[in-house]
Amino acid sequence: MDTNKKLLKSQSLKDLLGKLTQSGKTVYAPKKVREQVDFQSITSPEELAQDYVQTVQSPKSAVFPRVEELFRFRNGPEGVKLSERDMSALPEIVLFGARPCDAAGLQPLRAIFTWDYQDALFKSRMEKVTIISLACQTSDEYCFCTSVGLGPGDPTGSDILLTKLPNGDYLAEIITDKGKSLTDSMPELFLPAPADAKPAALADVQVKFNHEELSKKLASLFDRTDLWVGQSLRCLGCGACAFVCPACACFDVQDEGTTHDGVRLRCWDSCGCSLFTLHTSGHNPREVQSQRWRQRVMHKFSYMPERLNVFGCVGCGRCSRACPVDMDIKEHLTAVMEVKA
Amino acid sequence: MNDANLYLPYLMRIENITDEAPGVKTFRLTFQNPEEGEKFDFKSGQFGEYSVFGEGESTFCIASSPTRKGYIECTFRQAGRVTNALSNLEIGDTIGFRGPYGNIFPIEDWKGKNLLFIAGGIALPPMRCLIWNCLDLRDWFKDVSIIYGAKTVADLVYKHELDEWSKRPDVKLITTVDPGGETPDWKGDIGFVPTVLDKVAPSSKDTIAIVCGPPIMIKFTFPVLTKLGFGPDVVYTTLENRMKCGIGKCGRCNVGKYFVCKDGPVFTFSLLKELPPEY
Amino acid sequence: MDDLRKKAKELLETKQVSVVIGYGNGTGDRVRAIFVQTPADTDKLLFDDRCLQNLTVYLSKSEVRKIGKPAVVVTLPGMRTILQLASEKQVMENDVVVLGISPTGTLLDLPNFKAISDYVASSNLDYTDAEMQKLDEILKLSLDERFQFWNEELSRCIKCYACRQACSLCYCSRCTVECNQPQWIAVPSHDLGDFEWHVMRAMHLAGRCINCGDCARACPLDIPINLINQLLAQEIFQDFGLRSGTSPEADYALSTFRPDDKEDFIR
Repeated sequence: MDTNKKLLKSQSLKDLLGKLTQSGKTVYAPKKVREQVDFQSITSPEELAQDYVQTVQSPKSAVFPRVEELFRFRNGPEGVKLSERDMSALPEIVLFGARPCDAAGLQPLRAIFTWDYQDALFKSRMEKVTIISLACQTSDEYCFCTSVGLGPGDPTGSDILLTKLPNGDYLAEIITDKGKSLTDSMPELFLPAPADAKPAALADVQVKFNHEELSKKLASLFDRTDLWVGQSLRCLGCGACAFVCPACACFDVQDEGTTHDGVRLRCWDSCGCSLFTLHTSGHNPREVQSQRWRQRVMHKFSYMPERLNVFGCVGCGRCSRACPVDMDIKEHLTAVMEVKA
Repeated sequence: MNDANLYLPYLMRIENITDEAPGVKTFRLTFQNPEEGEKFDFKSGQFGEYSVFGEGESTFCIASSPTRKGYIECTFRQAGRVTNALSNLEIGDTIGFRGPYGNIFPIEDWKGKNLLFIAGGIALPPMRCLIWNCLDLRDWFKDVSIIYGAKTVADLVYKHELDEWSKRPDVKLITTVDPGGETPDWKGDIGFVPTVLDKVAPSSKDTIAIVCGPPIMIKFTFPVLTKLGFGPDVVYTTLENRMKCGIGKCGRCNVGKYFVCKDGPVFTFSLLKELPPEY
Repeated sequence: MDDLRKKAKELLETKQVSVVIGYGNGTGDRVRAIFVQTPADTDKLLFDDRCLQNLTVYLSKSEVRKIGKPAVVVTLPGMRTILQLASEKQVMENDVVVLGISPTGTLLDLPNFKAISDYVASSNLDYTDAEMQKLDEILKLSLDERFQFWNEELSRCIKCYACRQACSLCYCSRCTVECNQPQWIAVPSHDLGDFEWHVMRAMHLAGRCINCGDCARACPLDIPINLINQLLAQEIFQDFGLRSGTSPEADYALSTFRPDDKEDFIR
């Protein structure tokens, strides 16, 4: 018997959520918000959204919040004093119902925040998060996880992966020690799995391109201005794609308050915005949108794999769904593969 | 204090302020916590993020030499929000400093060679650190030449040090101003830096060249260096780019796959040629 | 649709324009903006009731301008945008060819600003019943309840600026929120930053917004920010009798003084 596989009966799902929400942990799960589904903290199992393909935003704000305090400063009679948040006082978070792409999306974030310099703020938050993912049985025309080396049932980044069985129960695969301590704490919910438990069919996500070949090809396409202009003419240069993306981590740093009493914050930023690279002198290395679109693609699919050994994309398709002008990254990357060298 | 939170700066006291040129100042800074000051070390080429609390941070190289302990210096021009706020500060005020960040000039590899420093305008600060570093280790190197130019006489920075260098027998210093930038009592050269370099025509044999200046100066200087026989491997420069974190996380300063804050700011010309035109 | 394609083809063949900005097929059943530069590609142009994006936003985008003189497919809001941009000296009569489409889908003949103004004057610019219903839902709330509603809605904002980038009248090369001496509007998307941004933007659009709804459609989180602009536009019409995008020479309501302006608010 594979002790890393457990059975979670369908009626136990509610009990699991109930236990988690009452345990003092924050449960961050897909919830209906107006007409959309998005990650929010839930306090009862009934709030868990059903029947959706993907949430609007990724769950990255559990480890990389939209606005985060770096430190506070005070200039008083004894001079300047700096104070930091006590990161150990952060609540434990259970990220429930993330898709495999969402769980995998924390890997590029981890790579960015822990290469060379170790970002303690990010690491403290990661330590507090347990991820219980839900394998996908449906997908839509924007999904392309299989083209970036992932899949609807991929366990990368999850602590526990739940896959629905044909009878409505769930197969729970324990991927990490963190997952194991959670299942061990609720043996009445996580039963031994029958040896012949076969998951229901997973979503059929067609492979559109080979990501390794894409990476290699992109290295030679930097100067093909026509390609980048053609793809990005309709791009408005907003930050919607970057902000909903699980793997985007670019940020801005802003001081607020006065010189005597205030705070230094970091907040999400996007390389698609025209001011991202603007020098105080007025010089802008990426003056036009095609250069910024190129940067987005090259950074995720060429520079990150080369420098950090991880792709900056998990194929969740959120960017394309959120884009006001239908910039469809899967379509654009497929077009890149078809460009004559 | 600085191990855990990468964004928490050292607290620095402004010990001295020098007005170098119109809009350009040098701050001498000491660590408010002397223990931090003792432990602090850096190498030529590295930069820091200097804060005015409530306004933000700005990126400048560390302009003093690592051979001189007990203080660091930075030189900046008033240009935007943070530099304007800095220029309103007084001796005794506190600012923040994060660093040292970035890569270094590999001066150990230059032992036994001639050094040719070429700088323009406000780009002398990163060089000044390196020049003093090398002069403090003078017997490591053979001939040391400096060509420095600015738009006008008033725009020359570190005038006191130019004077010192010009008086040293073991340094060949050539200062120049752009045509029209001279004053009646100007004794130095007149001409753009690349033009003066061409005229002086230093030998490239066993020589390392370090060039810092505005992009336009670099653009015209490099062909002259090539003409004189300098290969791109022995010509060094520093790059600047818009920065926020300074440690390779915020994604802002990248030029292609390189981060100016981590793979730079020091670049050889051979690496510079590989960089896409995004800086 | 055929008339549109024929006209577009003719404009490109005779080199009257270098690019036709119109709608084409997108992902799934979406439509998207397309930039047709060859006569053969005009077959890609389509028009149906999915075509809502105000394409005049591309008139201020540098890489589109670089292509050359454009023709742009517009419906009523787009036509009003052109007139509003003209009154703000952003667009001259010969800068653009306007391919106007009526509510029934027919191609209109709008050779100059006068023709566009006449067409707009003959159109009904009042809010539809559906629009009024949405506004009334909020107007029937007390001021406290309205403030709470907007605080809740706007605090979901992530400051992606899709609303600003999608808006054809937000063409400032340096937006107020991008000025940092001083930092008028907080950059981060905390509650205050979100609120300040949207209130400021609504004020900058008061008397200028032409009710295309692109801001609300662009918002990835479906925040109904266009309601604020709609209400402000209604107030300005009530107070000044002025509507945006009706003439290439109109004065801006909030910066024009007329001796006969209503003064009943002065007690």
